[in-house]
Amino acid sequence: MSTELGKAFAKAKARGEGALVAYAMAGDPDLPKSVDVFAAMVEGGADVLEIGVAFSDPIADGPVIQAASERALKAGATLRRVLDEVVPEVRRRCPETPLVIMTYVNVVMAMGEERYAKLARERGISGTILPDLPPEESAGIRAAFDKEGVDLVPLCAPTTPPARAEAIAKDARGFVYCVSVAGVTGMRAELPPDLSQRLDLVKRAASVPVVAGFGISNADTARPLVAHADGVVVGSALVKAAHSDGPAAAKQLCADIKRGLKR
Amino acid sequence: MTTDTAVGRFGRYGGRYVPETLVPALLELEEAYAKAQQDASFGEEVTRVLREYVGRPTTLTPAHRLTEAWGGAQVWLKREDLAHTGAHKINNTVGQVLLARRMGKKRIIAETGAGQHGVATATACALFGLPCEVFMGALDVERQALNVFRMRALGAVVRPVESGSRTLKDAMNEAMRVWVSQVQDTYYVIGSAAGPHPYPTIVRDFQSVIGREIRAQTLATMGRLPDAIIACVGGGSNAIGALHPFIPDTAVRLVGVEAAGHGLDSGQHGASLTLGTEGVLHGSRSLVLQDEHGQIQEAHSISAGLDYPGVGPELAHLAKTGRMEVRTATDDDALTAFYEVARTEGILPALETSHAFAAARSLARDMGKGKHLVINCSGRGDKDVATISARGVPPATGVKS
Ligand SMILES: Cc1ncc(COP(=O)(O)O)c(C=O)c1O
Repeated sequence: MSTELGKAFAKAKARGEGALVAYAMAGDPDLPKSVDVFAAMVEGGADVLEIGVAFSDPIADGPVIQAASERALKAGATLRRVLDEVVPEVRRRCPETPLVIMTYVNVVMAMGEERYAKLARERGISGTILPDLPPEESAGIRAAFDKEGVDLVPLCAPTTPPARAEAIAKDARGFVYCVSVAGVTGMRAELPPDLSQRLDLVKRAASVPVVAGFGISNADTARPLVAHADGVVVGSALVKAAHSDGPAAAKQLCADIKRGLKR
Repeated sequence: MTTDTAVGRFGRYGGRYVPETLVPALLELEEAYAKAQQDASFGEEVTRVLREYVGRPTTLTPAHRLTEAWGGAQVWLKREDLAHTGAHKINNTVGQVLLARRMGKKRIIAETGAGQHGVATATACALFGLPCEVFMGALDVERQALNVFRMRALGAVVRPVESGSRTLKDAMNEAMRVWVSQVQDTYYVIGSAAGPHPYPTIVRDFQSVIGREIRAQTLATMGRLPDAIIACVGGGSNAIGALHPFIPDTAVRLVGVEAAGHGLDSGQHGASLTLGTEGVLHGSRSLVLQDEHGQIQEAHSISAGLDYPGVGPELAHLAKTGRMEVRTATDDDALTAFYEVARTEGILPALETSHAFAAARSLARDMGKGKHLVINCSGRGDKDVATISARGVPPATGVKS
């Protein structure tokens, strides 16, 4: 299992902060420029990088990330090229930051889960999030990942019943990704009022850090979550900032959110 | 909770590859469906609506002139085109909307390709008083204007989907995204025997009324089961419905026909059983058209209902195990068959169905005289007249001008 992820969360905690897991799409607008975005996010304070690998049919994503996927696919961002061209470069520029891949199960299956896990470890990937792979379907892939020490990070949803959420949390690798809203990725003005209870429940059961994601876009939406989660994931807001105003805007937004994550 | 071969598998295929948010809804649906099946009154209600409203059983028509023209097996037509709304799709939507009502769901969403499933869902919603939204690829909205009108007339909201290839697969993505956001009170009526478990099973069960009727009708008219049954395959609901009740009858040949579009080697087709590889699309593991990187490829067919890069998992299993034979027909083959059926039998088949007819000709000849071939007429061609007539209508036959 990856120790890097645990260390990154512990470091943030020692500084009295929630961790920022920052997402961007590899290959948006092209492969080299997306590396600049990832590096900028780390300069802005990101503790973990979530590297999106585009899929043609992203059913868990809202319009912002859907559009980013289309741009990345046009730029030729296949999983293979992301592992060969984006990940090593990000690793070189941000040697301290753990990297997590987020993509869909078909993309990993097409490469072969064992082959993927091996390559991912060799390139320095700590974990992988597959939003369309619920626990019932994940045993085979998880075993392949475990063998290489790549954490298969599970997701927990607002619709997940408490007992199921506890089982997911107990069994988790890397961290638990608590989806804050029943919906797709995207920015939200408000998060559901019962989110904190849900995070508390998952945190009690989990032996790994717990993060909240989906809908978090700025310091204000992040701030109330620090008391209940070890960190937050920010995706669409960063993708949007990087797309319209470039890496510097993504860096600025990371810094803002990090201020909201101070305990 | 972690087993690799969870419920809802057909051999290697099937499963439930969806965001966690949807898993509880699918478990709820699975349980509600199991309960409904045990409740005789549910089955009786479905049967009653199919009889009183849909017009079932649909007839099994002997196709005398086609039989003669083809010079092989005796041809029979299972007339799903005569069901209310003009296609087999209504069998499934009546069942699912009744199930949704039983589950206390407040609104219905659906995706549609050709628009037949959208119309059938809108119809069932009108009949049972539930609000209905239908997601449809923007390209399909353009090419299926009649069905768009019908859905709107029936009180449904049609939402054009602009992402991706702007066809059925994108409509299904969008319906899933919307379902994720409104899963508590919304029921998603999937239109083919595809999608995450338990949909492939539910849709197959509701569509199997076709095959059960074929069985009873052939026993009554021929005194035995048919020698072969042929159906077109998009997602596969009309095919699995017609074929499933015959799976144990190994003497009955089961044949599925896929869209070869501009040709199997053109890269523009919908032949996922023939040329697809194993992958996950729309919640199930099946055969899909994809590139080596796992990106789903755009399908092509002249018929919007076959223009889909995946196929239901049970058909993938039947094809891989050899229980079902798979054939293909191109756009041009389908158009030729359309006019042949129109002019020899007085039936305008849907373009989807025309693919089944196109492949049935050689099958009938191979089978030879004394054999019985049933063609599943999945739907009627009214919705396709704009597409077909745009290519020009061949001159009248046997009339001096
Ligand atoms: C008349 C007709 N036949 C066949 C199909 C293809 O669907 P399936 O393969 O699920 O039967 C459609 C889909 O719209 C249709 O309208």
